[in-house]
Amino acid sequence: MRLTRLKVAAAAVLVASTLAACGDAGDDDDKGRDVDVQDNAAEEFDTGTRMRELADAGSIKIGVKYDQPGIGFKGATDDTPVGFDPEIGKILAADLGIAPEDIDWVETISANREAFLQEGEVDLVIASYSITDERKQVVGQAGPYYVTGQQLLVKSDSDIASLADVKGTEVCSVTGSTSLDNIEAEGATPRGFDTYSECVDQVLNGTVDAMTTDGAILLGYAAEHPDDLKVVVDPFSEERYGVGYSLDSPEMCQWIVDTLAEAEDDGDWAEAFEITLGKSGVETPEPPAMDPCP
Amino acid sequence: MEDVFSNFDLVLKAFWMTVQLAVLSGAVAMVLGTLLAALRVGPVSVLRGLAATYVTLVRNTPLLVVCVFVFFAAPNLGLLVGAPFLVKGTIAVSLYTTPFIAEAIRSGVNAVPLGQAEAARAIGMTFAQNMRHVVLPQAFRASVPPLASTLIAMTKNTSVVAVFGIMEATARMRYFVNRNADDTILIFAVFAVGYIILVELISVAAVGLERRWKAAR
Repeated sequence: MRLTRLKVAAAAVLVASTLAACGDAGDDDDKGRDVDVQDNAAEEFDTGTRMRELADAGSIKIGVKYDQPGIGFKGATDDTPVGFDPEIGKILAADLGIAPEDIDWVETISANREAFLQEGEVDLVIASYSITDERKQVVGQAGPYYVTGQQLLVKSDSDIASLADVKGTEVCSVTGSTSLDNIEAEGATPRGFDTYSECVDQVLNGTVDAMTTDGAILLGYAAEHPDDLKVVVDPFSEERYGVGYSLDSPEMCQWIVDTLAEAEDDGDWAEAFEITLGKSGVETPEPPAMDPCP
Repeated sequence: MEDVFSNFDLVLKAFWMTVQLAVLSGAVAMVLGTLLAALRVGPVSVLRGLAATYVTLVRNTPLLVVCVFVFFAAPNLGLLVGAPFLVKGTIAVSLYTTPFIAEAIRSGVNAVPLGQAEAARAIGMTFAQNMRHVVLPQAFRASVPPLASTLIAMTKNTSVVAVFGIMEATARMRYFVNRNADDTILIFAVFAVGYIILVELISVAAVGLERRWKAAR
């Protein structure tokens, strides 16, 4: 009896360790790029600025998306999110002397980004956050660090080839997103889901005719299902991704713009792009010029 | 500030979708719920058991899970692929609401004095006749308040389908919030008022029925 129990315990340990080993296997890549963390960064900023406070504290809370492959994605078993947005976050944090492992990643969804900034839940929002006039009324937005446009993801054998073809079809995206809003204006029936992956599922099983959002995200999904899905239609909107910050610390804008401009010049930006969105086969674009700070 | 008012037709359309969902789901759930309640008090023990199982199973499943099953699992298995979203929404919400309706009506059945059913049986009525002419009419009267509560909860529950492809009030509210980050409080207020109006209509109808049927008893 005792022996049997021992055997069971041994077997359990064996299974557990095998599983753990499996979990480790995938961790080697996808860690993102190494960044040069500034030494003594705090001294570079004036006392009283938010940058100085963050540099002194040695940690920063950054809001990113967890469900957009290539942009910002965190799998159920991952420790940190990966994607272009987190890479931009690491570049900004490094300038404050904060190492990637000291960044507090917080999941933000489209609907809570303004509230999180206003309430100080996060210091920065880098979450495919398009710059708009309405948003600038309540939060600060610096950038753009990336410009993309809305496209369509359809089944490989779909008849949809131009934007005019979506009239009368059912097109899904994330509930409340700008993409859904634009496609409705084109005469399609909008179908809002909670996440992009649920929406892709609906395209794959044939419930809806197409999925729409920023081209970069669609390419990520098309790369996952190369035989079943394709991206069609030239970009028909312009989304300018900016970094969100609280209006309580307007001094952050110039710092963000300067840091990003520097990253664009010395190639960090391009490298961040290549290891994330670039994986889906798109060429690395010219980095966009920054808007002046208010 | 003006966006929600200058696009008020979108708000009305969204609430019309909510109303359609609530009315269709409510009607289906009332019919199935009554049937289920009758089975649960009926003479056939197998049907009694089946009905009790359904009630226990679905009543303990969150609506979100029921929705995931109808909107994701079923199409992946090749079921309901061509079905309109309104039909899928109605299936999900009514499936979930049915056991609550059944239990509300069963509580009404228990409020009917036992002598009534025995008298009906004594004059030769079958179980179905007994239910139709004697027990259920009285049971409905007694269960108006719990039925109203269930229907009110159901109307608010329709908001869950906002993330399952249906452009009802809550989904449309998210659309406005995304476009007008500077106006969230006003937008919430407009949509809250919409839901309050819908719920109040059900309450008023319930109070009216209660008053009318009280006099008749």
